[in-house]
Amino acid sequence: MLYLDLTLQGLIQGSMYALIAVGLTLVYGLLRILHVAHAGLFTLGAYIAVTVTNAAGSLLLAALVAVPLVGLAGMAIYRLLYEPILHRPPFVALIASIGLFICMEEGFRLVFGPYGNSFDLSPVEGSVQLGALSLQTVEAATIVAAFGLLGALAVFAGRTRIGVAWRATVTDPEMAQSFGIDTVKVRYLNFFIGSALAAVAGVLVALLNNFVEPTMGSVPSYKMLAIIVLGGLGNVKGTLVASLALGVMESFGTIYAGHIMDRDAIAFLFLVAVLMVRPQGLFGKA
Amino acid sequence: MGAYELSLLTLIGINVLLALSLNLITGFCGQISLGHAAFYGVGAYTAAMLTKAGIGFAPALVAGAAGAALLGLIVGIASLRVRADFLAITTMGVGFLFLGVVRQQEWLGGELGISQISESGLGETGFLLLVLGLAAGVFAISLYIKRSWMGFAFDSIADDEDTARTVGIDVARYKLVAFALGTAIAGVAGGLYAHYARIIVPDAFGFTVSISILAMVVVGGIGSTVGVLIAAVLLTLMPELFRFINDYKLLLYGGLLLLTMRFSPAGLAGLARLGWTAGRKAERRPA
Repeated sequence: MLYLDLTLQGLIQGSMYALIAVGLTLVYGLLRILHVAHAGLFTLGAYIAVTVTNAAGSLLLAALVAVPLVGLAGMAIYRLLYEPILHRPPFVALIASIGLFICMEEGFRLVFGPYGNSFDLSPVEGSVQLGALSLQTVEAATIVAAFGLLGALAVFAGRTRIGVAWRATVTDPEMAQSFGIDTVKVRYLNFFIGSALAAVAGVLVALLNNFVEPTMGSVPSYKMLAIIVLGGLGNVKGTLVASLALGVMESFGTIYAGHIMDRDAIAFLFLVAVLMVRPQGLFGKA
Repeated sequence: MGAYELSLLTLIGINVLLALSLNLITGFCGQISLGHAAFYGVGAYTAAMLTKAGIGFAPALVAGAAGAALLGLIVGIASLRVRADFLAITTMGVGFLFLGVVRQQEWLGGELGISQISESGLGETGFLLLVLGLAAGVFAISLYIKRSWMGFAFDSIADDEDTARTVGIDVARYKLVAFALGTAIAGVAGGLYAHYARIIVPDAFGFTVSISILAMVVVGGIGSTVGVLIAAVLLTLMPELFRFINDYKLLLYGGLLLLTMRFSPAGLAGLARLGWTAGRKAERRPA
């Protein structure tokens, strides 16, 4: 029973990771940029959700505001920060991104205060029974949202013309361009979708914890890097598997290895160990 | 000199050591490291534990350097397997791993760290002179290395590893040397810090510290010894001189990283070079 419960908690955490990490791995696949500031967008989504819900009293409205707004913010980051430095060596964008992320966190601290905010009224309550397992409604919603959205993304990328253009651009930007695909539009789309997914994760985490704080993105931001490396940078399916695997491993690790290292170190131990054996990641191509 | 100035100068010296040591790895040899604070931490914890156990200050410093260099060599070996982005993430992982492990160790004080670390026995002025002497020494060594054969080898690896290998440079060996040297210096800086603050907590060696050190290197100009020295001094002084900045220190560092990378990736050194050439051109222009 304990095992089942731990696995389930791991899957909840893992699907959260997946929602954030997919945007990151998409950006890497397209531009070879490690987009650390992505987790800042996740925090932004969470803050917008709490602020709008408290002001307007509607969680639905808050989500409908947060998700597209954060998507647009992601596009702005691409346009203003990454596009002008695309031709530089990769570490330039990485360091710039870390700088932006720190600025975003400090910005949240200045605007919303250092102590964090909560919903005035907890908007979602109750629980769902799954056989012998009991889940909070929010936890169930997290799993459903992650699988639903990522499934929709897979259909979108596989079945629509825009999706095909997107995949073509990831595979070979120059060839895609010579076939008449507007690769710049693809990049904007990429940032919009990735950031919007991070915002969804932000809204869900805000609901799960009923708490948002300026630094809530710190741990995810760096852990997401570990995940996308494990998944083979740019590999969406690998990223999903790595997210879920890490979620489950952490929930077991905290119980069985918690006295040696804390939860967040487990991810990096796994990461370093895997990279030493397979430098291209678990699911990367050699 | 008042106690405040002494303490501030010591802190500057320690930060200069840290920045120059990272510059050896990231600047000279081109191996990006996002976990430099881990080596700083290993040096600090090793030295602190040893002097608490009654061993002298000097051997403790050396042991701290050796401990840090050992971990540095391991990460160096990792750098032979993974490159660029992957290496950045691996080093970051090492940083988090160090923190995560230290936090859970009872015998290292856990979250509370180690307090009441014994004095260096040099007095405040003597300690300051030691720190400044070491910083000056590392500065001189950096300048020397840059002009030596090893400096050229580092340059070529930073530029293009595969080409360096093609022309017969032992890439693996030079990378390991860069890591061992840089992390040993960071270890010394850690030992110094432990006996300067006389209390160490895990968070003093966390990711933000790694990023602060990186900010000094990046703002100064990656690979430019003089630029990094100036940036380390400025970035340590600014929050101290302008008290209102202290609250926004992270914002300042983050902003500087962002703006430097966006507008002048060669840092202060790049700007200076730009100014210099512009000045020369203006001189040559007929009046």
